[in-house]
Amino acid sequence: MNETPKLNSFRSGPDEDGRFGIFGGRFVAETLMPLILDLQDEWNKAKTDPEFQAELKHLGAHYIGRPSPLYFAERLTEHLGGAKIYFKREELNHTGSHKINNCIGQILLAKRMGKTRIIAETGAGQHGVASATVAARFGLPCVVYMGATDVERQAPNVFRMKLLGAEVKPVTAGSGTLKDAMNEALRDWVTNVDSTYYLIGTAAGPHPYPELVRDFQSVIGTEAREQMLEAEGRLPDLVIAAVGGGSNAIGIFHPFLDDESVRIVGVEAGGKGLEGDEHCASITAGSPGVLHGNRTYLLQDSDGQIKEGHSISAGLDYPGIGPEHSWLADIGRVEYVPIMDHEALEAFQLLTRLEGIIPALEPSHAIAEVIKRAPKMGKDEIILMNLSGRGDKDIFTVGKILGMGL
Amino acid sequence: MDKRFADLAAEGRPALVTYFMGGDPDFETSLAIMKALPSAGADIIELGMPFSDPMADGPAIQLAGQRALKGGQTLKKTLEIARRFRADDQHTPIVMMGYYNPIYIYGVERFLDDALEAGIDGLIVVDLPPEMDDELCIPALKKDINFIRLATPTTDDKRLPKVLENTSGFVYYVSMNGITGSALPDPSVVGGAVQRIKGHTQLPVCVGFGVKTAEHARAIGASADGVVVGTAIVNQVASSLSEDGKSTGATVPGVEALVRGLSAGVRSARLVAAE
Ligand SMILES: Cc1ncc(COP(=O)(O)O)c(C=O)c1O
Repeated sequence: MNETPKLNSFRSGPDEDGRFGIFGGRFVAETLMPLILDLQDEWNKAKTDPEFQAELKHLGAHYIGRPSPLYFAERLTEHLGGAKIYFKREELNHTGSHKINNCIGQILLAKRMGKTRIIAETGAGQHGVASATVAARFGLPCVVYMGATDVERQAPNVFRMKLLGAEVKPVTAGSGTLKDAMNEALRDWVTNVDSTYYLIGTAAGPHPYPELVRDFQSVIGTEAREQMLEAEGRLPDLVIAAVGGGSNAIGIFHPFLDDESVRIVGVEAGGKGLEGDEHCASITAGSPGVLHGNRTYLLQDSDGQIKEGHSISAGLDYPGIGPEHSWLADIGRVEYVPIMDHEALEAFQLLTRLEGIIPALEPSHAIAEVIKRAPKMGKDEIILMNLSGRGDKDIFTVGKILGMGL
Repeated sequence: MDKRFADLAAEGRPALVTYFMGGDPDFETSLAIMKALPSAGADIIELGMPFSDPMADGPAIQLAGQRALKGGQTLKKTLEIARRFRADDQHTPIVMMGYYNPIYIYGVERFLDDALEAGIDGLIVVDLPPEMDDELCIPALKKDINFIRLATPTTDDKRLPKVLENTSGFVYYVSMNGITGSALPDPSVVGGAVQRIKGHTQLPVCVGFGVKTAEHARAIGASADGVVVGTAIVNQVASSLSEDGKSTGATVPGVEALVRGLSAGVRSARLVAAE
């Protein structure tokens, strides 16, 4: 058999300029260009370096706790009365979400490049915590930029980052959410290029970030595919994940992209509804534009100014999306749908009560989509959902909305 | 633009390149600022196009952009500022500076046509490195609009040729790794960097980022073909505004006085004839 990727493969992108169709690219200031090219060289070497791969695997097993389980959600399945529902339990990873998969990979790259300082942006704080964690593990100082609004609604994670020794810098520009944190992280990076590694938390940004973040997160889908074959002897019919910047989603989607029988759905934050501006459904309600180093679907006005967006979940509160998702949407391989704040909140509660798992608000959006689809599917069909993080960080937000005094 | 630099070289002094934000704090005031710049001593004008997410700019220019956007500024209106200025002044080169997305959304071809019609001489688009030349640089050059590229301390000798390849008008040397509005680095280090770039190109080299006073302008102008001042002008505008952010009687005169001082600075910077 020929080993080269199939000509019609959905898994061969990006091209050498970092393009997925018209999306992706390297739209950055000249100061950053040499760094990004260095990173690309280093990544190309690391990809095929057995020592790097071995270290990644070792840390995955002993530090993160991989493989994460594939769990048959029996009671939720029974309750919905349709397709069999499986969760990929990324919320059981060290630090409580999928974000650590990427952080371990990137800090190994930073170390190879001789960088001595780590910066990161964070929305929900999960990526900030994961970055602060690996920085502590490898003895590097870490600065985390976080929108001031998020600092407030994700207070437990701010505290965790500080305990881990990271400096958390609140960003007040704009609406004080993930987009603004990313701007500020880029400003820091431009200023401290020599010493600093920018550990991007999602599958977005300039090439090679979307590719390398995807590759580090693809461990999710690769494991899940094997686990599913073992558990059911076949592939799932439907794969679902929530999409913020898109890292947990591309991580579980990518290994299934060439399996024609597998339908794939990404869930965007519909916020308070798509009619106004209070949502983050970049693909469903946005248009292609250029922000944060890549061309992708964005929430923007007719003058090309970026809108703020809104989501109940800080981790989805971003007006863009990784470029590979934009491409997968355009070619029709993946379907993207919105879920509203209140639907996510109901899903959060249902899962907590039925399965004894408190999910983060981000994957609660994916659960809400499962709740819609499972009853319409046959009992012999299978849904695989990425349970990307646990909800400890969100209990205050949810408690406040539900009127529980905490 | 080439003629302007040739004339200045004959005069034996560097150019004063002044940046201001289109639409800050409102359309009419920023048009008045632009019209006041040449007689105050500006040789080339950089007209800032506001963007919601200016990733390479410090707080001063970020805030200026926010004021402009809040005042209803759009790319169309920024082109209109240039067009109105050009009606009275056919000589001062205008370079539009900003980020790519508003241009991309406006439509590249339509933008270039409208920019030509408005009398624009060049473009500086911060987030379009040479790797992205097909987007805007090549189409602009085809229409005889200069595409001015930034070179930075991270642009080493290996990379410089690539950066300079499709650059025209002048080279904008960013004096340090950082965002606009940072402190001025050592002029002698900057001088060395300018010489390094000149080893690779015949184009004039202008230096920006960190120049705030006539003193700075003189020091940097000793080695560079031009000195770019931006944050200081934008700060001058900001400090003149009323509490609710409206322009006052001091806004335009304040900028004029600042630019006059800077102009005296570049005029006293004797170019050392290295050749
Ligand atoms: C648990 C969890 N899931 C999902 C996301 C969204 O990010 P991404 O789309 O990159 O997976 C976040 C972001 O903070 C998160 O914490």
